Amino acid sequence: MTDRIQDNREDNRMDVLFYGQALSFPLMLGTAQYPSPEILRDAVLAARPGVVTVSLRREAAREKTGQAFWSLIQELGVPVLPNTAGCHTVKEAVTTAHMAREVFGTDWVKLEVIGEQDTLQPDVFGLVEAARILSEEGFKVFPYTTEDLVVAERLLACGCEVLMPWGAPIGSGRGLNNVFGLRALRAHFPGVPLVVDAGLGVPSHAAQALELGYDAVLINTAVARAGDPAQMARAFRLAVEAGQLGRAADPMEERDMAAPSTPVAGKAFLG
Amino acid sequence: MLIMVNDETHDVAATTLAELLEELGYRGARIATALNGHFVPALQRAATPLADGMRVEVVAPMQADKAACERLT
Repeated sequence: MTDRIQDNREDNRMDVLFYGQALSFPLMLGTAQYPSPEILRDAVLAARPGVVTVSLRREAAREKTGQAFWSLIQELGVPVLPNTAGCHTVKEAVTTAHMAREVFGTDWVKLEVIGEQDTLQPDVFGLVEAARILSEEGFKVFPYTTEDLVVAERLLACGCEVLMPWGAPIGSGRGLNNVFGLRALRAHFPGVPLVVDAGLGVPSHAAQALELGYDAVLINTAVARAGDPAQMARAFRLAVEAGQLGRAADPMEERDMAAPSTPVAGKAFLG
Repeated sequence: MLIMVNDETHDVAATTLAELLEELGYRGARIATALNGHFVPALQRAATPLADGMRVEVVAPMQADKAACERLT
């Protein structure tokens, strides 16, 4: 995975490659739960994300809501990352991935195998199995996982070239629940593109993820359920950019004791 | 013959998956299909026979809400 980073000297940025492709911006935006398709469109236009994630759901012949939704997504012109959202078994996830590949015409898939109803945390055993099956079939798998290092190893061993650890339970808006664990994951896999997926609630959470060295974030509920989704989408974009710039600027080390920011040498004696 | 499509029972004349989609009005739609929990690629629909009681899933890109989660198993 030495090709993770592509030196982009023109604008002094380092572009991370996801299965060989750079994102136009390190923000992935989910398309679920918006109050209306118009509000979704406004949010995407405000966020200008690198990809949008899209689900498959049952289509009724008489309503054809999916066809209208697909037209909207195509108009937006943002690359699509299909997901297996809501799948609870390996079989369900693999079948959904097959259907998504046909409908969306891409072998990228954000793989979710949900293991627990209250936390919606991934079933990591099922996840690894589904990732292995799909990777062998040529899919480029973006696995929604935890920050567990051993699970991460297994996912990489079965062909994943990207990891998407949760920040907090899906839709909880709690931010980065385990900063220590996320930092460890970043340190253990310096060459692997890492995306914080799930649990971010406010823009500062996204900035923090980028500051920790994460390569992108995936947001859905935080934008879709905000009072003003388009404004929140723009706020997340700015936060991602701030976090990315902050990381690139090489932050100072934290210290336990104060250190005067203004040198005391030469200070007048007025006591 | 009775076929379950997305959990709704339909009494249809169709004998293949392709004919079923035509009969139900999915012509031209961007959809994917599964039969009894197994993905059936678009190119194989015409050669996929139906039998009484089979379960068909028809899905499309969708602005899903949290509760929406179909069962494919």
